[in-house]
Amino acid sequence: MQTELILAGFGGQGIMFAGQVLSYAAMDIGKQVTWIPSYGPEMRGGTANCTVVISDEEIGSPVVKNPDIALVMNLPSLDKYEPLVKPGGMLVINESMVDRSARRTDIKVISIPCSEIAEQIGNIRLANMVAVGALLSGLDVLTVADVEAALMAHMPGRHRHLLSKNIEAVHRGYEYAKAHAVVTR
Amino acid sequence: MARELWEGNQAIAEAASRVGLEAYFGYPITPQNEILEWMSRRLPELGRAFVQAESELGAINMVYGAACTGARVMTSSSSPGISLMMEGLSYIAGTEVPMVLVNVMRGGPGLGNIAPSQADYNQICKGGGHGDYHPIVLAPASVQEAVDLMPVAFDLAEKYLNICCILIDGSIGQMMEPVELPEMRPVQRKDFPWAVTGAKGRPRRILSSIYLDPPEEEKTNLRLLRRWQEVQEKELRYKEYFTDDADFIVIGFGTAGRVALSAVRAARAQGIKVGLFRPITVAPFPYKRVAELAQRVGAFLVVEMNAGQMLEDVRLAVNGSIPIEFYGRLGGVVPFPDEILSEIQRVAKAKLSADADPIANWMKRMEMVAR
Amino acid sequence: MATLMVPENLVYERPRSFTDAPTHYCPGCTHGVAHRLIAEVLDEMGLAERTIGVAPVGCAVFAYNYFDTDFVEAAHGRAPAMATGIKRVLPDSIVFTYQGDGDLASIGMGEIVHAAARGENITVFFINNANYGMTGGQMAPTTLPGMKTTSSPDGRDVETQGYPIRMAEMLATLDGAAYVVRRSLHDPANIRKAKKAIRIAFEVQDRKLGFSMVELLSTCPSNWNLSPVESLKWLEEHMIPFFPLGDYKVAPAVAELKI
Repeated sequence: MQTELILAGFGGQGIMFAGQVLSYAAMDIGKQVTWIPSYGPEMRGGTANCTVVISDEEIGSPVVKNPDIALVMNLPSLDKYEPLVKPGGMLVINESMVDRSARRTDIKVISIPCSEIAEQIGNIRLANMVAVGALLSGLDVLTVADVEAALMAHMPGRHRHLLSKNIEAVHRGYEYAKAHAVVTR
Repeated sequence: MARELWEGNQAIAEAASRVGLEAYFGYPITPQNEILEWMSRRLPELGRAFVQAESELGAINMVYGAACTGARVMTSSSSPGISLMMEGLSYIAGTEVPMVLVNVMRGGPGLGNIAPSQADYNQICKGGGHGDYHPIVLAPASVQEAVDLMPVAFDLAEKYLNICCILIDGSIGQMMEPVELPEMRPVQRKDFPWAVTGAKGRPRRILSSIYLDPPEEEKTNLRLLRRWQEVQEKELRYKEYFTDDADFIVIGFGTAGRVALSAVRAARAQGIKVGLFRPITVAPFPYKRVAELAQRVGAFLVVEMNAGQMLEDVRLAVNGSIPIEFYGRLGGVVPFPDEILSEIQRVAKAKLSADADPIANWMKRMEMVAR
Repeated sequence: MATLMVPENLVYERPRSFTDAPTHYCPGCTHGVAHRLIAEVLDEMGLAERTIGVAPVGCAVFAYNYFDTDFVEAAHGRAPAMATGIKRVLPDSIVFTYQGDGDLASIGMGEIVHAAARGENITVFFINNANYGMTGGQMAPTTLPGMKTTSSPDGRDVETQGYPIRMAEMLATLDGAAYVVRRSLHDPANIRKAKKAIRIAFEVQDRKLGFSMVELLSTCPSNWNLSPVESLKWLEEHMIPFFPLGDYKVAPAVAELKI
């Protein structure tokens, strides 16, 4: 089985790290995984995206046109990736940064105020982890426990003091998504 | 050793430092800066030599000097920087000293862009600099394969006194995959009978690429060629997927090869009996194996991120015996699996001719794709 | 004869750091003098067994035939980069480059400037004879204003062909340079001074004090179309006023050396 995800947002929203956390979690439970960023001038504050492929076998293409899941942290990313999600797939929207709702009716949409929840936890920069939690609510291949373990195992030393807040953010995102943000159209 | 998530460039740098790299000389250029940056921290930490050179010209000639001492030495760059290194590469080939070169290709010609490309296949596989010589070129398709090929590259360079190039594109350099790295090995400088180290207790040694007397240069050329023949016989590497029962086979190296794997699997799921041949040694090219496969299948579909450079090698191997089709994306565009899948579906149904010009036909289809 | 050659009478012999090969240089050319001075210093300091020379592209392309030390042959202008590679891997060796003005000051300008800027612990011998000797006397970066060469047939016109470059002065501005001097090979007194500078340069390297360069004003009778004696006089009268002899950089640690 293979799961393909695209995570997108502004540079500085922690998109790349969010993708890496999912990749670490997949690796640690024995999956094959690829993480590939868009790299280049846009990495300086413009739009950033990364593609994560999680699989049971040797991964072919690390680039994906139509992902199973797209996580969009801002409006340009919503505009770009909403049309590309596979029918039956899932779209996670950071509604804090987006002033419209999803248009697709053939996919599952989770709309969640990531920035507000992150601020409640105490740091707006945790919005990416809130989004990861929401994404996990619809991702079969990884559990919250997998991601929590990955954060504990791989969080860089200089960010170690933020570990418990990151884990809290993942849980809050997951719970919010399970409780009331899931809309199946 | 446990798997860790590594970015391609950093993994290559760390793998090299673990298999006895003594010196690295480089110059910043995207998308391979992480190799230089990793080395700048790692090698001094290990008590080894690192210099950020003033240019790629400086870098390759520092490599040349260090290689003459018999030390394990490498550099890395990306397309425009590799062009600048061509002079030094030719001198190194002519002096018959070993080195490893990592080329993280990007879109060109000219300044081009920093996106993944395979457009420098001919440049390095068909010479690389002036004169009659062949660098050994390895084209991994994943971070793990690149890591596994680092010790191989040094061993090949030292065994055949040649340049060994790891040829990847920006996507392999920038992507992260789980990787098992080699154990750290101590530096073991080999006692090469040609290395200049100071003539203490032995006759002096001279390393040069000058042979002013043409018959002497001819002897040198023949010596290089004999070594190359041995490389052709003994060092071919490639990977095959679903080729046993295939009606036709996709051929692609590096990233194009692995993207094609996704397309081949999707086609198999639809009942199309297609295989994949992924050369890892692109110079020397596995002509014999491709010729053998040509006797068993109805057609080849060559997929590249260039305008059909490896296609020429496939045509040479096939020698007109079966039809060859081509699909390429250019200028830093990476094909998606569904593009290659449509090509596979087309080839599965089409009436193909061995006389057709694969480039001309592809160009016609590209007018639609690139519109 | 044999009785005259007892050691106390011996005033001149072939340096041990030389091979038996006769040089290919033109009659009257000062390359031979420069080679000999380097070899004498290598002998005196006992350095030959750990020395690696880097030959240039230019008239001295075959320098490796004359020194009985390990040698490599660099691409045009790249000798300082190649020397850097060797020195970084073998820090206890003695590495020197021997470069002409086209090699060092034109095509190799980037390599020499950055080797000096890094304080690369190598020694550079820069032979300045104001033209490209090997290729037939074309204009070099050090060709004097008004000087006729095969590519400045009416004399170097600074309006269209620019001005000569004073390398010693230029490199002396770099913090990495420890010892940068200009000497001349046009008469015995100056040759003795040149030898002393070569000695200091190798001492600087041996003591790991940084980059050292000795620029040596040299003659090119063949391309200057002068006799050897006229060439020496021409050097003195025309080159020295434009390229003044002197010490352009002597780092404090070098100034303290007692040799």
